[in-house]
Amino acid sequence: MITRRTALAAGLAAPFIARSTANAQSVGRNETLLLVQEYGPNSLDMQGIGSSQPVNGVALNCYDRLLRFKPVPIPSGGGNTIAMTEIEGELAESWQVASDGMSCTFKLRNATFHSGRPVTARDVKWSLDRAVSIGGFATTQMNAGSLEKAEQFVALDDKTFRVDFIRKDKLTMPNLAVTIPFVFDSELAIANSGGDPWAKEWLKNNVAGSGAFKVESWKPGVETIYTRHDAWTSGKLPTLRRVIARDIASPSTRRALIERGDADISYGLPPKDFKDLLDAGKINVVGVPIPNGVWGLYLNTATGPFTDVRLRQAAAWAMPYEKMLQASLFGRGIDMSGGPATPKVAWPQPYPYKTDVAKAKALVDAAAPGGLSTTLLFDAGNATVAEPMAVLIKEAMAGIGINIEISKVPGANFRGEISKKTNPMVLNRFAGWLDYPDYYLFWTMHGNNSIFNIASYQNPALDKLVDEARFTSDKAVYERSVVDFVSLVSREVPMIPLAQPTHDVAMQKNIGGYQFQPCREPDFRYLTKA
Amino acid sequence: MLRLIGARLLTTIPSIIGVIIVTFLLTRVLPGDTAAYFAGPTASPKAIAEIRSKLGLDQPLPQQFASYVAALVKGDLGQSLTTGQPVTRDIAARLPASAELTLCGLLLAMSVALPLGVLAAVRQGSWIDHLCRIIATAGVSLPVFFTGLLLVFVFYFILGWSPAPLGRLDVFLSEPPRVTGFLLIDTLLAGDFPAFRAAIAQLILPAVTLGIFSLAPITRMTRASMLAVLGADFVRTARASGLSSGKVIGVYAFRNAMLPVVTTLGMVFSFLLGANVLVEKVFAWPGIGSYAVEALIASDYAPIQGFVLTMAVMYVMLNLLIDLLYGFIDPRVRLEG
Amino acid sequence: MSESSGVQPALRVRQQAPSSPGLWTHGVHIIAENPVTGLAFGLFTLIVFAALFGPMIAPFDPLASNTAEALKGPTRVHWFGTDQLGRDIFSRVLVATRLDFTIAIASVALVFFLGGLAGVTAGYFGGWVDKLVGRIADTIMAFPLFVLAMGIVAALGNSVTNIIIATAIINFPLYARVARAEANVRREAGFVQAARLAGNSEWRLLLTQIVPNIMPIMAVQMSLTMGYAILNAAGLSFIGLGVRPPTPEWGIMVAEGASFIVSGEWWIAFFPGLALMIAVFCFNLLGDGVRDLIDPQRRT
Repeated sequence: MITRRTALAAGLAAPFIARSTANAQSVGRNETLLLVQEYGPNSLDMQGIGSSQPVNGVALNCYDRLLRFKPVPIPSGGGNTIAMTEIEGELAESWQVASDGMSCTFKLRNATFHSGRPVTARDVKWSLDRAVSIGGFATTQMNAGSLEKAEQFVALDDKTFRVDFIRKDKLTMPNLAVTIPFVFDSELAIANSGGDPWAKEWLKNNVAGSGAFKVESWKPGVETIYTRHDAWTSGKLPTLRRVIARDIASPSTRRALIERGDADISYGLPPKDFKDLLDAGKINVVGVPIPNGVWGLYLNTATGPFTDVRLRQAAAWAMPYEKMLQASLFGRGIDMSGGPATPKVAWPQPYPYKTDVAKAKALVDAAAPGGLSTTLLFDAGNATVAEPMAVLIKEAMAGIGINIEISKVPGANFRGEISKKTNPMVLNRFAGWLDYPDYYLFWTMHGNNSIFNIASYQNPALDKLVDEARFTSDKAVYERSVVDFVSLVSREVPMIPLAQPTHDVAMQKNIGGYQFQPCREPDFRYLTKA
Repeated sequence: MLRLIGARLLTTIPSIIGVIIVTFLLTRVLPGDTAAYFAGPTASPKAIAEIRSKLGLDQPLPQQFASYVAALVKGDLGQSLTTGQPVTRDIAARLPASAELTLCGLLLAMSVALPLGVLAAVRQGSWIDHLCRIIATAGVSLPVFFTGLLLVFVFYFILGWSPAPLGRLDVFLSEPPRVTGFLLIDTLLAGDFPAFRAAIAQLILPAVTLGIFSLAPITRMTRASMLAVLGADFVRTARASGLSSGKVIGVYAFRNAMLPVVTTLGMVFSFLLGANVLVEKVFAWPGIGSYAVEALIASDYAPIQGFVLTMAVMYVMLNLLIDLLYGFIDPRVRLEG
Repeated sequence: MSESSGVQPALRVRQQAPSSPGLWTHGVHIIAENPVTGLAFGLFTLIVFAALFGPMIAPFDPLASNTAEALKGPTRVHWFGTDQLGRDIFSRVLVATRLDFTIAIASVALVFFLGGLAGVTAGYFGGWVDKLVGRIADTIMAFPLFVLAMGIVAALGNSVTNIIIATAIINFPLYARVARAEANVRREAGFVQAARLAGNSEWRLLLTQIVPNIMPIMAVQMSLTMGYAILNAAGLSFIGLGVRPPTPEWGIMVAEGASFIVSGEWWIAFFPGLALMIAVFCFNLLGDGVRDLIDPQRRT
């Protein structure tokens, strides 16, 4: 039965379809970018609960923030990366930190939303209020930069906005540049909210931003198509007019596509493929050592055999670092063994251990003369790298009398397992968005015992050093505490750093303007296609 | 007739209820912590608890089941957490992709298997018969994921004959307006021949992969049923009355031998629809199989339940349809309640 | 058959068959008539040999890594090449035979026991037992079977035992139905009636008269589903729900090697895939052979 409403809808839809087809044809191939990735967004709202990793890409490209990280060249070439301290305005034309250092006032530039409405300070206020009150990951991330309450955000007039600080925290400004505190068209969102103060359901399926790209179509699990927002003023107008992001689960297929020239850019290949593509030289591979990211072997300090520090040190001496780097990461990473006795002010950095079976064996003989048996856990989603690593670890540990059974569990199960904090050995990769050693240790070894403190490490002395580094504004104090806590954890080894992985992207030679972002999602705004 | 169908449907209700209960329990004993998984990295226990209560996972099991069934009655299969969409919408969008692939695979298999089976039966015991048996058995012995990978490697990567295994359509072509959801039909309806050609090109490799796997049951059933018919009195009579051998085989024997083959086809179709999970994974095919696998890995309950239920209902309907068809073709077969 | 009284001819023939020279001749005849079956028996011998002695004759330790020799193609030293960690693929394929063979046999034996028993009881006694078994079988059949197996392994955890259980469960309806039909046909047969009149209890009749008689049919069923069992286990491994690394198993080796095919290291997936294919092929042909031997009428 055709009701008037369906007939009307059909009538409305028809010209729209016709136009979008015409549009697709008028945008040339060299203005269209084809990206292949493992999986795509499960929502269009990165602040929403349960949003997956790729939603960061939507936030990055379709929304603007007050601030952004300034592009700085990758030392090895190939494009740009970011530095925590180099920040520039996105929606903010200028900003001024108050003389007491307890607030910052932003002047907004003339920008318009996709809807055509100008961006106002009220929109910024609504969006940041939303981020600190919506719960879940967004709120946690905001809190990490001491952005905790809606009262901290003040819209002074249409174009002036102030953030009040609750404490001096060096993470506050960089945290305004990550993908979470982005700005919605609050009027549009509220108009469509259906009564929900944060319009969660509507924003999950619709973009209401001012970013450089709009979402033309989104088929979850299949593809996302972005088109340029031609009136974007928060940066240099992108040269790409259309971006098609396809979800291709099989890494072999993604590799074949880039190798044969069918895809322009490919994210998330196994390290082996990046190495091969790099060796073959037909495709550009740009690698950035993941800032504040490291593959680590977490040894449970609260329960099980590794409560004995000698066994943890034995494990650190037994690790086949070089073999793992070659056979599992195919050289796409940085070795974390053989570091200096006195650490540098950096993270991650090599611990003083290197592969020395005799030393390891001696420690095991002293601590557990009969040897022992235990298990090693890793996330099946990381299997490409983690499984060969785990097999090599098993083999190496067998050599010093520690028998390991490998347990490979799917992602949902893995999170459940590590939150129990009872697994004696866990192989995992953790990367923090904000590149500071204290930030990393706060998540992975601090007494607050977050889910990523997989080793369940509790040490008041460490907590004191980490907290001191987090909130001091004295450079000398900061550096001393970093050196102290790194040497502390390298003696205590709740986590053995194995290798700092490289974040690689493969692209055709005619693709330029690569920009690395801490969220590790592609930034289309800078990319060019010749 | 209608009453018969009604009676038949009634008998299937217990197994559908069984499927609903078993799937529900099975998904709940999956070891993963859904809430912790979707809370994402750096989630606080409070955030995880919020998600858990939002998903209703903090309720006791019977209550969860009751609300699941209540929603089910309204036709609501819940929300997928991985795609963020209602499961009914996801399945409706993806089912045609799986069905199109499976049907094409089946058609390909039939076009090889039927002649092969007939030939094997006519030349029973000859080298053709043995060859037919070897081919069919070899097909079913190949793990589908392995066949798929091999085909991609040879035809896409080495020879470059086949387009990139990127789903259903070349990325630079836009999809035709959705009418049936079957791209081969929709492109023709829209008169978009380049898209039609592209859709066929994308379909060939995965369809061949599935086809190879389904060769065996069809060949065997054709052969067996041909053998039975060829030995029957009416064929002997036909031969005796001087009809040409071609006519006897083609008209009398083949037609009668088709009955059990139709049953087999129905079975194979429903089996394949569930079994192409692996093929969809290899070819990035946006069907319901790959949807179910991803949901399972993420302990995302609603899509798994929705997928299994859809498949179960389809299985039941298909069987009913075959029974009806059977009774229609051969009036001697009585439909029993 | 001089003593045959005509009470149980079917039983006589089948019970005598295994020891009589008739079977041997029959077997030889079948192999002569059907060289494919002969080939299958040959392959089967090879597989059994590899399963029994594989670990002893493997030239390398299947678990020992040698990263210096990683990803080398087939050579005179490493016949099937080496994998990502430099392990010898030939040795791994050889040693994996025992595990894959065990999975197949164990799952088939399990479902033979459970499905067979349930089916026989249902077919013999009828009534509510029959209804119950029928409903269980229907319910399982209504599931997409591979997804059901995935669900079971995911829920119970990755282990060889759980793969065996999952494979057995999805084959349950097949066995239960065959056993039910066979038992149902025989419950009123002459030889059963005779034994019943002799005062045997129903359970005794079931175990002594019915069960031995349907054994041959079930044996055919077993050999036909062996190949499917291996494929199922391999499929589960491919999805990531298989045995624990670094245990060599064909399915998991193909899955691991799959990502290397596109980069040209075809041997990592190819040889385990080939072994898998040959084994399944052999079991399937053998299934046909066993059926020809025991139950010629059912040949398809």
